Amino acid sequence: MIEVRDLTKRYGDKVAVDHLSFSVEPGRVTGFLGPNGAGKSTTMRLILGLDRPHSGTATIDGKRYDQLPRPLEKVGALLEAKAMHTGRSAYNHLLFLAQSQGLPARRVDEVLALVGLTPVAHKRTGGYSLGMSQRVGIAAAMLGNPPALLLDEPVNGLDPEGILWVRNLMKQLAAEGRTIFVSSHLMNEMAVTADHLIVIGRGKLIADSPTQEFIERSSERSVLVRSPQADRLSELITTEGGVVKQETNGTQPAGLSVTGMEAPRIGELAAASGIVLHELTPRLASLEEAYMELTADSAEFGAAAQAGSGPAEGSGPAEGSRPAGAAPAGAGQPGPAQGEEIAP
Amino acid sequence: MTAIAPAAPTPAADAARHVGFSHLLAAEWTKIRSVRSTVWTLVIFAVVSLGLTGLLTWLTIRALNSGRAGGRSSGIAADPVNFILGTGLGLGQLAICVLGVLVITSEYSSGTIRASVLATPRRYPMLIAKGLVFGALVFVIGEVVAFGSFFLGAAIVHSHFPVALSQPGVTRAVIGSGLYLTVLGLFALAIGSLIRHTAGAVTTVIGLVLVIFNLTGLLPYSWGAHIHAYMPTVAGVLITQDKDQAGQLLSPWQGFGVFCAWTALLLIIGGYLLQRRDA
Repeated sequence: MIEVRDLTKRYGDKVAVDHLSFSVEPGRVTGFLGPNGAGKSTTMRLILGLDRPHSGTATIDGKRYDQLPRPLEKVGALLEAKAMHTGRSAYNHLLFLAQSQGLPARRVDEVLALVGLTPVAHKRTGGYSLGMSQRVGIAAAMLGNPPALLLDEPVNGLDPEGILWVRNLMKQLAAEGRTIFVSSHLMNEMAVTADHLIVIGRGKLIADSPTQEFIERSSERSVLVRSPQADRLSELITTEGGVVKQETNGTQPAGLSVTGMEAPRIGELAAASGIVLHELTPRLASLEEAYMELTADSAEFGAAAQAGSGPAEGSGPAEGSRPAGAAPAGAGQPGPAQGEEIAP
Repeated sequence: MTAIAPAAPTPAADAARHVGFSHLLAAEWTKIRSVRSTVWTLVIFAVVSLGLTGLLTWLTIRALNSGRAGGRSSGIAADPVNFILGTGLGLGQLAICVLGVLVITSEYSSGTIRASVLATPRRYPMLIAKGLVFGALVFVIGEVVAFGSFFLGAAIVHSHFPVALSQPGVTRAVIGSGLYLTVLGLFALAIGSLIRHTAGAVTTVIGLVLVIFNLTGLLPYSWGAHIHAYMPTVAGVLITQDKDQAGQLLSPWQGFGVFCAWTALLLIIGGYLLQRRDA
């Protein structure tokens, strides 16, 4: 188990990690989410003892990283994929790491086979693709067969096949009872990988909850209704306690967005009054939207900053610009970038 | 994909297995031998040292034979051993400076330092292991090249100036050349651990060794002479000379001790900063 307590790290005046506390439990994939510059990598570096915190503690099974006698057998880490000597072969890179832990050279062959790099193991890593380098990094993380793994953006730059491979590997390792802590700025990737989410923004904790709960809590369910008798239906729903918004697609009306009432009840109301329905679709805001709503305030280089000549909305995007249920994209679709969406 | 944990150590074996300093030495040896820059730099060192020793002694003897040496012959006549050891190794030592710097700065430029520090979070022992492995390597190669240079040069100058290891101070000077190169390599390693950037550290080391330390010889008065005598390589190089020079303030071994002390001090600071700084 990885525990972070009141962790703070400053670089000059800038606070990278701000009194952060959370714990990462074994047996599941914990996603570590935040916009670029939120402090994810810094937090991981603090856990791994690469950087020194200004205050607070980060422990692995109750011990600080530098107190672990053979750290690679407690925690495996993948930070930057390309962080190895381009002139050294993957085999030798892994060999010196294995030797430093007193692990046999046989273990190097095993992890190379695990990540599928055996054929190129003795080639210099300078010629490796990003995907191959990521695999070397994962092999290094697995070298000590550790019960905990920290992976910083492991799917960055991977092709779809590689992404699937990493995703399955993480799930498998978690199923073996290991602690998997994986950072990403891609919400949709985490939605299909992580069982639990820790979301940070500007170095502060925003959310710490199971993935499903996170989506449900931070987004509003709505039902899309299309009917030729929209006005009558709208009245009926409103009298029954629902909230109706007219959705438009450009200038065309694109149906009603109903909140506060489930789809079956809307169908019953329509049937009772003989109203024709063309569409009745329950919608759940996508994880990406939930995430953007949560982190809009805290994005380091967010949309508001990029708007430039536009109105200085400041903290606007979170509340004003996106009426609940008026999401333009259907459930599960990645929404357009926020910057485009709030443009007047 | 099924066998992720084939080598999972059993708890009993796990507790019994102790990671000692020898494991760190093995890891550092793997790091040093597995990059081409090590091999190339050492090859350049050997070729430049032996080649220049041979070339310069041969040219000097040829000039003497043809009677065109003029005043230049006085140097070789006064101290032929120092002439032999000082020519080729004097330039070859720069390759050792570069290698000493690279051994540590290439870890920073490539990012390997993070893997190293993750594996050895108590960073001091890692730097000590690195210094020992690199020092041992330079010592072996340095002694081989020093003896090679001596025998090569001795054979060339033999007709005019017979020199032999049995003459006073000569064996010490030849062995001392290898020792000097070893400590010089560690001195460069220490500077590399302080500066962490290859170009900056190489420039600093070579600037210090070739220019700055020697410039202190221009300082006036006796305190100037003392400062000059205690500069790291000015003191260190005394052990490579078979005869005392005019106005020499330190004995060869005292000078070597001064050089070692400087290097140890810089390594301690380097180790402290390695421990303190974010990797």
